[in-house]
Amino acid sequence: MRWVRPWSTRIALGVLLFVLGIAFIGPYFAPYSTSALAGIPYSTPSGTFLLGNDYLGEDVLSRVLSGGRSVILFGALATVLAYLVGGAVGLVAGYSRTRLDSGLMRGMDILLAFPPILFLLLVATGAGANLVALVIAIAIIHVPSIARIVRTAAAETSVRGYVEAAVARGDRTRMILRREILPNIWGPIMADAGPRFTVSILLVAAVSFLGLGKAPPAADWALMISENRSGITINAWAVVVPALMIAALTVSINVIADSIAHSLGKSVDTEALRR
Amino acid sequence: MTEPVLRVDGLRVGVEHGPVIVEEAAFTVRPGEVLGLVGESGSGKTTVAQALLGYTKPGLAIVSGSVNVAGQDIVGTDEKRLRGMRGRLISYVPQDPATSLNPSLRIGDQVREMLKAHDQDACPDERVQEILERVQLPGDSSFQRRFPHQLSGGQQQRLAIAVAVACEPPVIVLDEPTTGLDVVTQARILEEIARLQREISIALVYVSHDLAVVASIASRIAVMYAGRIVEDGPCEPVVTGPRHPYTLGLISSVPDHVVPRRLVGIPGVAVGVGNRPRGCAFAPRCSQAVPACEESIPDLVRIEEGHLVRCIRWQRTPVPQVDPRQEITRQLAAAPLLTVSELRAEYRTRSGPVVAAEGVSLTVAPGECVALVGESGSGKTTIARCIVCLHQPTAGQITLEGKDLPGLARRRSQDERRSIQIVFQNPYDSLNPRRSVEDAVSWPARSLRGLSEREANAEVAALLERVRLPERMARRFPGELSGGERQRVAIARALAAGPSLLVCDEVTSALDVSVQAAVLDLLADLRRKLDLAVLFITHDLGVVASIADRVLVLEKGLVCEQGTVGAILTAPQSDYTKRLVAAAPSLSIDGDGPRPVEAFGDPR
Repeated sequence: MRWVRPWSTRIALGVLLFVLGIAFIGPYFAPYSTSALAGIPYSTPSGTFLLGNDYLGEDVLSRVLSGGRSVILFGALATVLAYLVGGAVGLVAGYSRTRLDSGLMRGMDILLAFPPILFLLLVATGAGANLVALVIAIAIIHVPSIARIVRTAAAETSVRGYVEAAVARGDRTRMILRREILPNIWGPIMADAGPRFTVSILLVAAVSFLGLGKAPPAADWALMISENRSGITINAWAVVVPALMIAALTVSINVIADSIAHSLGKSVDTEALRR
Repeated sequence: MTEPVLRVDGLRVGVEHGPVIVEEAAFTVRPGEVLGLVGESGSGKTTVAQALLGYTKPGLAIVSGSVNVAGQDIVGTDEKRLRGMRGRLISYVPQDPATSLNPSLRIGDQVREMLKAHDQDACPDERVQEILERVQLPGDSSFQRRFPHQLSGGQQQRLAIAVAVACEPPVIVLDEPTTGLDVVTQARILEEIARLQREISIALVYVSHDLAVVASIASRIAVMYAGRIVEDGPCEPVVTGPRHPYTLGLISSVPDHVVPRRLVGIPGVAVGVGNRPRGCAFAPRCSQAVPACEESIPDLVRIEEGHLVRCIRWQRTPVPQVDPRQEITRQLAAAPLLTVSELRAEYRTRSGPVVAAEGVSLTVAPGECVALVGESGSGKTTIARCIVCLHQPTAGQITLEGKDLPGLARRRSQDERRSIQIVFQNPYDSLNPRRSVEDAVSWPARSLRGLSEREANAEVAALLERVRLPERMARRFPGELSGGERQRVAIARALAAGPSLLVCDEVTSALDVSVQAAVLDLLADLRRKLDLAVLFITHDLGVVASIADRVLVLEKGLVCEQGTVGAILTAPQSDYTKRLVAAAPSLSIDGDGPRPVEAFGDPR
């Protein structure tokens, strides 16, 4: 666990745990129902409503405590799904380096040609506010670039002596990919995963913002930013707190992913230096 | 006697605010003299070589000491004035000309650059031609208009030397100038250097890890270990009667094709910068060390005129022994283990197929060691790759114990795959950095012999012992191992499959000589104990002499000669083999002493 050693990583871990805690335990501590019209719209914080009220008069604190789960879950689901598909395509393409490789990668290039937001809008108009479709659509947006990164890393690794030794032993392709190649490309994958998860969350937020993801009256950080933006001068907390939560989440994840990638890269780097 | 033109005194180079890398380097070189600076990787020889030009790698600094070239101080001179001195007073030829020559400059301009840097503005083509011809390169204007990548490796190195001598500096530093070149090219470059040094009486500092090469050209040898010069003396006495046990170890490690002998490696591993012991750095590996050796660092003492040794027990250092090679006697089975017949292998390129091997036939009997010898590009590695399914031959047949072997690994039976194992050249690349030694070594037993994980792991200790590694290595990862240790793990991994044939592709060429000696000794031992057949691919005839039973010489993909190791080395028949044998450097410590290598045939 070398990667937890830097202080920046430890702080980021603390922040991440805090945000996850709010998102997953928070709902049980919400003082009000997330859809109760409890007070005067856009009233500022007071003893009864610690973060004030939103545009309908709902309690901002309760909605912040309850609104993290969907953003994190959908962002994470979309990212994981994207890695499963893109990673598999990239691994196979990078290792085979035959016609299969160029076939797969040209397919990815076609996907890459779609403007992501347009694609999301298309899916959303077609499937409505269908959350499964939303997750799949975001995953598809990520797949081609993940495939490219994984393919490059896998192609570089597959000419190494230890991979050739496995080929000469006649190990099965599945075993070679799993034993010899995958463990050696975690570095670039982790370095890429942090920003990608951020983008997923922002895409979930953007879709919600456009009114295509979660629909009111559901509590959702992204939705809160969009629905309360007109009252930002009256009760800024209703926008700032959910925005800060998203920021804290994405920044801490990036710091952690970077330091994992760094520690994974390190052992390989020192070997290169000794050469 | 002429005055020394290069004087180095008390030179100390270290990491800025960190450990010292080179300590108390001191030597002088006279015009016309060649000083060979010898040491294994990490000994500090390149650091010294660069410090002679007032240069250090980023992060290092010359801490103290003096370097004086033709009366001018190098250390302490500012960078601007140094730039004026480099090339005019002292110049440097780096190891790899392919990367040190600017690829976008034409040949003529490479030379002109150097002349212009020293205010010789008038540099007509004739002057450049003269400089190029000095190193036997064609100097005509069409040649001058070519780019470095259009030259062969040997020509590139000649060009680098031509640039270095362009301004006729009194001192030239050559840093491993022939490492990476094949033997024939190496011999020509060495001849060139010797001729230049005779003709224009330059002082040379020749840095190399290869004692046999250095002995063939140097008039004096300085041996470095762990940042210090441990022995310094005239070439002949140092090679035939070394007084420092490390020098003796190096000499006993050098393979020799003239007098094939059992190689004896130096036990242990070289100490790294930062954990050098308080006393003699070699004491932990030294067979004649006494407690006093660990007390303090011995002084460099003069034992004869011009012969200095840093050892308190130098009188006890034995003279180099020539143990004749231990022949492995056994009855050759009637049926060969492996036969390759009429093998043809090609590489597809944009401009059509390139033939790497053509009509190659060979046999390996059970327990026999067959060497495939050739220069780079002779197709020897491609043949090995065909045998282990890493390359598909275009024609020909490979059989194992009389049965046809398919070209694709997945068409071979598990037993066939198990029987042939390969060990690769680069130890830094052949082990998966994410797998522990135990995992790497036990895996082939699981995948090829169907053992369970527990059964396979139980064998690891025995396999590691077989390759002379301690059991505790099992938990280590490749990043924590030295090159020699990694190569042993790679051998253990191959042995785990229980092979009857081991294909060794240049397995020692990336290793230091002392480590190479230990690995070769290990292979000979394995052959004896396991009755293992070995197909040994190498470019080094000395290595061939100390391990192989039979030799096949390859030239441009064709077998040009084959026979027993004794016959090939003592009475080569084909011109190509004659050239290879003549070009290979040799120490011949019990014979006539080091001999100059010959560039047999056409000087170009």
